[in-house]
Amino acid sequence: MFNKFKPYLIVLISLVSLFFIIIFSSGSEMIILDPKGPVGALQKDLIMLSIYYMLGIMVVVLSFFTVILLKYRSSKKDSDYKPEMHGSTKLEIIWTLIPVLIVIALSIPNTKALYELREAPKATAHKDPIVIHATAADWKWIFSYPEEGIETVNYINVPEDHPILFKVTAADSMASFWVPQLGGQIYGMPGMVNDLYLQADEPGTYDGRNSNFTGEGMTHQKFDFVALEEEKYREWVKDSQENEPKLTEETYEKLMLPDTVDKMTFSSTHLAFVDHGKNSEYAMAIREKYGVEASSHGADKDAESSHGNHGDHGDMEDHDNHEDHDGMKDHEDHEEEHKDHENNEGHEH
Amino acid sequence: MAHSTNIDPNTPLEYQSEIGKLNIFGFWVFLGAEVALFATIFATFFALESGTVGGPLPSEVFDLKNTIIMTLLLLISSFTSGISINELRRRNVKGMMVWLIITLFFGAGFLYMEITEFLHLIHEGAAMGTNAYWSSFYLLTGTHGLHVSLGILWIILVMFQVKRQGLNPDTAKKLFVSSLYWHFLDFVWIFVFTSVYLLGMVG
Amino acid sequence: MFDFIKDNLILNDPLILGANISIVFTVIGIVATLTYFKKWKWLWNDWITSVDHKKIGIMYIIAALIMLFRGGVDALLMRAQLTVPNNEFLSSQHYNEIFTTHGTIMILFMAMPFLLGLMNVIVPLQIGARDVAFPFLNNLSFWSFMFGAILFNMSFVFGGSPDAGWTNYAPLAIEGSPGPGINYYLLGLQISGIGTLLTGINFVVTIIKMRAPGMTLLRMPMFTWTTLITAFIIVFAFPILTVTLALMTFDRLFGTHFFTLTAGGNPMLWSNLFWLWGHPEVYIVILPAFGIFSEIIATFARKTLFGYKSMIISLVAISGLSFVVWVHHFFTMGGSAAVNSVFSISTMAIAIPTGIKIFNWLGTLYKGRIEFTVAMMWSVAFIPTFLIGGVTGVMLGMAAADFQYHNNYFLVAHFHYTLIAGVVFACFAGLVYWYPKMFGHKMNERIGKWAFWFFSIGFNVCFLPQFVLGFSGMPRRVYTYGPEDGWMALNVISSVGAFGMGVGFMIIVYNVYYSYRFAKRELSGDAWDGRTLEWATSSAIPPHYNFAHVPEVKSADAFYYMKQERKESGKPEKVEYKPIHMPSNAGTPFIMSGLFFVGGFGLVFELWWMAILALIGIFGCMAYRSLFSHKQDAGYYVSVEEIEKTENPYKREA
Repeated sequence: MFNKFKPYLIVLISLVSLFFIIIFSSGSEMIILDPKGPVGALQKDLIMLSIYYMLGIMVVVLSFFTVILLKYRSSKKDSDYKPEMHGSTKLEIIWTLIPVLIVIALSIPNTKALYELREAPKATAHKDPIVIHATAADWKWIFSYPEEGIETVNYINVPEDHPILFKVTAADSMASFWVPQLGGQIYGMPGMVNDLYLQADEPGTYDGRNSNFTGEGMTHQKFDFVALEEEKYREWVKDSQENEPKLTEETYEKLMLPDTVDKMTFSSTHLAFVDHGKNSEYAMAIREKYGVEASSHGADKDAESSHGNHGDHGDMEDHDNHEDHDGMKDHEDHEEEHKDHENNEGHEH
Repeated sequence: MAHSTNIDPNTPLEYQSEIGKLNIFGFWVFLGAEVALFATIFATFFALESGTVGGPLPSEVFDLKNTIIMTLLLLISSFTSGISINELRRRNVKGMMVWLIITLFFGAGFLYMEITEFLHLIHEGAAMGTNAYWSSFYLLTGTHGLHVSLGILWIILVMFQVKRQGLNPDTAKKLFVSSLYWHFLDFVWIFVFTSVYLLGMVG
Repeated sequence: MFDFIKDNLILNDPLILGANISIVFTVIGIVATLTYFKKWKWLWNDWITSVDHKKIGIMYIIAALIMLFRGGVDALLMRAQLTVPNNEFLSSQHYNEIFTTHGTIMILFMAMPFLLGLMNVIVPLQIGARDVAFPFLNNLSFWSFMFGAILFNMSFVFGGSPDAGWTNYAPLAIEGSPGPGINYYLLGLQISGIGTLLTGINFVVTIIKMRAPGMTLLRMPMFTWTTLITAFIIVFAFPILTVTLALMTFDRLFGTHFFTLTAGGNPMLWSNLFWLWGHPEVYIVILPAFGIFSEIIATFARKTLFGYKSMIISLVAISGLSFVVWVHHFFTMGGSAAVNSVFSISTMAIAIPTGIKIFNWLGTLYKGRIEFTVAMMWSVAFIPTFLIGGVTGVMLGMAAADFQYHNNYFLVAHFHYTLIAGVVFACFAGLVYWYPKMFGHKMNERIGKWAFWFFSIGFNVCFLPQFVLGFSGMPRRVYTYGPEDGWMALNVISSVGAFGMGVGFMIIVYNVYYSYRFAKRELSGDAWDGRTLEWATSSAIPPHYNFAHVPEVKSADAFYYMKQERKESGKPEKVEYKPIHMPSNAGTPFIMSGLFFVGGFGLVFELWWMAILALIGIFGCMAYRSLFSHKQDAGYYVSVEEIEKTENPYKREA
């Protein structure tokens, strides 16, 4: 009997070992289960709760499964055989009710967590959150500190153990703001603002990414979330305010063009030019002004690797479908007005 | 595909063949799909209703009198379509054709008024590409109008077939199905009229 | 025009160029073979214009297998690129096109036709009917699917493939993607979608109206039940897709503002509308899979399906719930805590009827006599594997936690576990199980087992690590990653698994050839000692009219009980035949679908004259159909002599 089962046993043991190899694979830390801040910790607790329930379900079902297959295989001659069994109302009730209870058991903490995540972390509720506007623009992250009057690109410095309120929006694409080791993500979209609280309990550099597909350069749309000691943070703020260049509108317009860029720091914010949370048309208007497409692909594209389009924006292909339509003429005129309107206002957020 | 035998002569003509029964039932299912289609279009309309920047407001350019006349035309055409089916039941081909032609006239009248309304709107700066509101307006009314146009062409084709082959279970089925379609369009229009025009004047 | 071709033909990428050349040679090869063997007429009469549900079903399945190959190659290319960090095998642009076509093809051009094909072949037989309610429409469904698929597939060699993901979100898909790529997506899916909607209507009417006498709804086989429910979902969900695709087509081609960033458009509306269709869509593919498993498990456990009524109730519950969970695809889009809570609950609720089904399958195996044929192995392996997919689905459904899972490899692993263990295993199982019904011989069991082990083990090796990758912060759709991310080890393991799946697929293909050459031909219509009516035909491959006598049904598992009765009573079969009326072939749908293709192509490249001419042609075909349907639908009679000749050589003693 054992011989017949050898292949199945081999497979089973291999799969189980594979499972453990995977879990303990070196070089890959499950950072979501190792949060460094209260937001991520709340989510991790919820995740672990669900994992326990799911493991429980799997153990039960897989046990029944294994026993049934072993016991009732046709090569076993002496097993019970009831070909006309139609069902059992009692069993149906049991295996409906228990899942209902499990769903309720998971829904309650989930709903609680959803409401809790809307507010600042409880541990540091006495501190005023630092507000940072996070704007995704193909394919970079632009961070504005309205109170401090600083703007950074592709990195943020924050003090440790201090709640940060991110106002997430975007200039052009629907991007997702995510720092996995600190907490969950939220989308940024042009014309909308979504709030996200994050906090780092200890100093360190944490990877931030865009996790929603936005085209060619999305893979490189990363940023560093750097938590510093309180003193060092204050020094950095002061240093940036005094020594970094002001953000000119021209520089900012270049940031609206699709490209990946290096880290930058400025001593003023773009909120003077535009509030992407209210204005969804700015980036598109800039691109039209510079005659730029978001991506040039198709037959002419060179099959090259790595980073997004650094050059090659001169493609004045006739793909702009909007040019030929009467309706759009109004739209274009309207856009021009809108842009002038923005320029003339020049107001602080 | 069995043929029916021993058909009760009181059975409506369109139900007297197997294919007829299947087609009619199938068409009801198709209308279910059409409900889903129009529901999606209505949902889009309501979602984008506030996108009126850059174009005239509906209340500024709607001519409710025009729309009420359009609605009456379509309602009457639905009624006359019902009369034509009644004539079909009485096996009165001539009467049925007459009422169908009247139906088509009213339907064509509806279309004519809708097209002139569109031209007027475009002239007032409310074109399909003006803003989200007007895109959804044209989507809803345009899809409905397209359905009406197709319906008119369809009924003409069916009338032609009746002329050529006379009244039999097959042509009766086609008349019935096309009249179901026509009633459905009228039904949808009531919602369009209410959501777009009436609410548009108030909102 | 020469410029047009030169600009769009993609010749600068070696992979694509290679594909181009292979396609040209394959087409030449096929044309040459057909001409040499003088088979054009046969192709047109026996296959292209056939309205026989069995033939149409087989064509669907062949198309699905070809698409499985293409989608699988896409997957292997992706895995190759991701195996090592900073890999330069594929550029970002190329990778983006590949994952887009991979997803779209696998769901819409592989899973759908595979299942629709099996439904087409089997359901009319299972209900004792001679064909579907609308055979002409059935042919149209197939060809519009086919031409939609061809339009979509030619994108990578001509003009560039869509590259915004199979979910095609705005604004990326509008302002972010000029060029024909996305248009291919919008038009290819639109054309195929027409065919699917028609199939949905067809099967609702067929199952409700054309069952054999005595087959009440509660005596139908489970696969027919799932087909019925699926058909209803199709009828209500596909029009949503029609509208959604049309809206973006208008935005891209005609300057409207439904999803644009400007003039009041709302990109989030696309997400909502897409998933309002998208979620029911995944249930459209999983429910027939459940039906297939129900049939196979009952057959090879030699036992009645456990809990028939509750299986039906859970089917209905799943289909209803499938329409009210769509927001879980974008919990992170900024919905309120209230909205996310509601949709978390509805999402987790779907696990309940699904769990009921799993328990009922276990109940079917319990106290049965389980035979591990290849079809049964696929079905049995489905249970634990799909379970992993299901429980991770519940985890994802908890919105607060989903903020950490969304759009990373945890999600990718989840949906591959449900889609592959659920749908693909079912397709393979159904193929093996119903192979003798389609082709008159079984697939070789030994080779089939090799294929099963390679594919199923390879699958787990490929996707189990991806759960961990998700927890390690790897987002989906990235074309590469850095060595500092620490993801390489798991990606290597994953790629090895993918390779195993590829080997498994090749073995299946080899099995098709091997079985064609060497398998014993089936002598009866009952290859597996089956329980349902499709096995009650007089020959392995049913005669084109299916049943000489429409069977009379006395219970569920109709054929099983017929066999019991025959054994007990030993009554001889009645032999009086009547002429059978069958529908005639139809050439209009093929032409009309070809015109759909031409019109679609015209719209993709904004060649308005082409689109308008095609549109006129399509209306012409519809008018032609209307005017001549009485002739086209007249059909023909199969004479008593012919029936006798067909039935008698294969009839076995009672």
